Amino acid sequence: MKYLDEYRDSDKAKLLVDAIHKKVTKKWSIMEICGGQTHSIVKYGIDDLISPNINLIHGPGCPVCVTPIEKIDKAIEIASKANVIFCSFGDMLRVPGSNTDLLKLKAVGSDVRIVYSPVDAVQIAKQNPDKEVVFFAVGFETTAPPNAQAVFIAHQQGVMNFSVLVSHVLVPPAIKAILDSKNNLVQGFLAAGHVCTVMGYKEYEEIVSKYKIPIVVTGFEPVDILQGILMCVSQLEEGRHEAENQYSRVVTREGNAKAMEVMYEVFEICERKWRGIGEIKKSGFRLKEKYSDYDAELKFGVVNYSVEESGECISGLILQGIKKPVDCPVFGTKCNPEHPFGATMVSTEGACSAYYLYKEKKL
Amino acid sequence: MDKKENTTGMMSCPLPISDYDAITMAHGGGGKMMNNLIEKMIMHYLSNNMTSEKHDGAVFNVEGHRLAFTTDSYVVNPVFFPGGNIGELAVYGTVNDLSMCGAKPLYLSLGLILEEGFLIKDLEKIIISIRDACERTGTQIITGDTKVVDKGKGDGIFINTAGIGIVREDINVSPSRVEGGDVIIVNGDIGRHGIAIMTTRENLDIESTILSDCAPLNHVVQKLIDAGIGIHCLRDLTRGGLGSSVNEIASQSQYEIEIEEKSIHVLEEVRGVCEILGFDPIYVANEGRFIAIVKKEDAGKTLEILKKEDDGKYASIIGVVKGKNKKGLVTLKNLMGSNRILDMLSGEQLPRIC
Repeated sequence: MKYLDEYRDSDKAKLLVDAIHKKVTKKWSIMEICGGQTHSIVKYGIDDLISPNINLIHGPGCPVCVTPIEKIDKAIEIASKANVIFCSFGDMLRVPGSNTDLLKLKAVGSDVRIVYSPVDAVQIAKQNPDKEVVFFAVGFETTAPPNAQAVFIAHQQGVMNFSVLVSHVLVPPAIKAILDSKNNLVQGFLAAGHVCTVMGYKEYEEIVSKYKIPIVVTGFEPVDILQGILMCVSQLEEGRHEAENQYSRVVTREGNAKAMEVMYEVFEICERKWRGIGEIKKSGFRLKEKYSDYDAELKFGVVNYSVEESGECISGLILQGIKKPVDCPVFGTKCNPEHPFGATMVSTEGACSAYYLYKEKKL
Repeated sequence: MDKKENTTGMMSCPLPISDYDAITMAHGGGGKMMNNLIEKMIMHYLSNNMTSEKHDGAVFNVEGHRLAFTTDSYVVNPVFFPGGNIGELAVYGTVNDLSMCGAKPLYLSLGLILEEGFLIKDLEKIIISIRDACERTGTQIITGDTKVVDKGKGDGIFINTAGIGIVREDINVSPSRVEGGDVIIVNGDIGRHGIAIMTTRENLDIESTILSDCAPLNHVVQKLIDAGIGIHCLRDLTRGGLGSSVNEIASQSQYEIEIEEKSIHVLEEVRGVCEILGFDPIYVANEGRFIAIVKKEDAGKTLEILKKEDDGKYASIIGVVKGKNKKGLVTLKNLMGSNRILDMLSGEQLPRIC
């Protein structure tokens, strides 16, 4: 399959692995931002292939993982209401709230539906004028434009029985928070290719010069990731710190202007709590005042929630690279994909879940 | 102290109650949750010396004859899908389960649960395809039952078929016969049925030409038997796909199995849809695919027979049975050449966010 097979080619991968080995002279810690990259790294055993001098730290870029448990509880409360059709991307359904999850809610009769595009949820609202249709607007900058588009269309067409439960997060503030942490170990980043498809990588230029740290926009296939690592390691070894683009077949420096236009029309930047990390300033999107009629939290009055995370979960430390999943005493035993304790186990793209699935469980 | 009578002691469910108060779709997904339900609840109460084999059907002796018996229910939506319909599926599925026991399928029962409002012309189409499927497999429907439920209490049509077949005295196909060094062979490309169904479901606007691989396996299994292949185990790759079937066999036989990813063929179009949805084709359902675990020296001959089949172009050797392993470890040698765990599917595969 074009654009995939050539990036899963083991010969090309071997050449890159060798090149990385040759380049590395000392220990480096590199964080891949995106859960999709973590998934590929563990699935293809990239961390075992490359030089042991490179410590890959699995970053916070899985939107399912970092959605705060309070939001899940709000989703569950809204979806439990009799006249609500609750729409979501598929992988949010399994994520446990304090007491239950959306899949179990569906099993006991709530109308919970998987949609493939948020605009489909607007369509469902139009087909069901006597129901309230709520879409769970989760994700990074990647899903923000289509989610904004759904709200924009509903507003334009006067679809008033549609609303969104927003839990959007942004990558650059998370990178800054990691770098500002006194425990930071990260010396270079592989930025998330799909986020940059929308946003470009212009905004990383300020970060690389302020923090003197390399950032390489990287794709998701094994060859992409190995090439991203090589580019990052080359910068580190050569004492450079630049924003570079490995994923140039998709990403431009400026990003997708049209996507950003609708995103900023509908959303504005706000504080956001990240599961496993805590609140990060200016790290999320919320609906602008103009679109507040489409805010499900206001519509259903589910504004103030506070939930304590499991004390046994170390996902915050894993997301900062201080610990690995296998360092956790409950990993693979009490905490597993069927009964996740925290952020990094809830989605297949979380580091703990990827380790459990592909690596450490039985070996 | 509260003297309320403890009525739950005897009836308490062995599945941890905090997990699930109600059945979810994942309990029928062919993965870990379904296995847990079967193992921890159904088998907990109903197991006996006949069910311990955990095979696709039961094989037993009746007055000197070795018989195989199986049952399966069909609840596919849509009822008519690209490459087949629920009727032929209900015949082939049960015939295939018998074939996986090494049996020659003979007779089937047909139970129809029809929802009020289901179109007679659609029912007729289904019945005709049941007839054709019986002709193709050399089986007969010899008993049946029809029930109608109120509108909204069914999904158009549900079908249950049970089947009975005869097993040759010298044939013993079962996970317990798996041995170190055995070779694992699949009879073609994987993932077509599940993706054909997915792409026709409402609210997924993907146009494709992918047809279900829905097909009977009894004739090809018979050819393997007739050729004197040392078949140790057979398993069809239905719900949960290849990944779950291999895991089932590994854990039932208590052997480690190693699968090689590059030997598994997935059609380009199936791969494309899987990429879009974030599915792994290794866990996608098939209805005409099976793995044969055979003696190493018979691998070549087995492959030759499988490749000669109409839909057998992509039959291939995909793995080997390694040493004894109590946990039934399955590893996948991936495209990069490193090994990873290939676990049983946990819950349903759900389309991802991005």
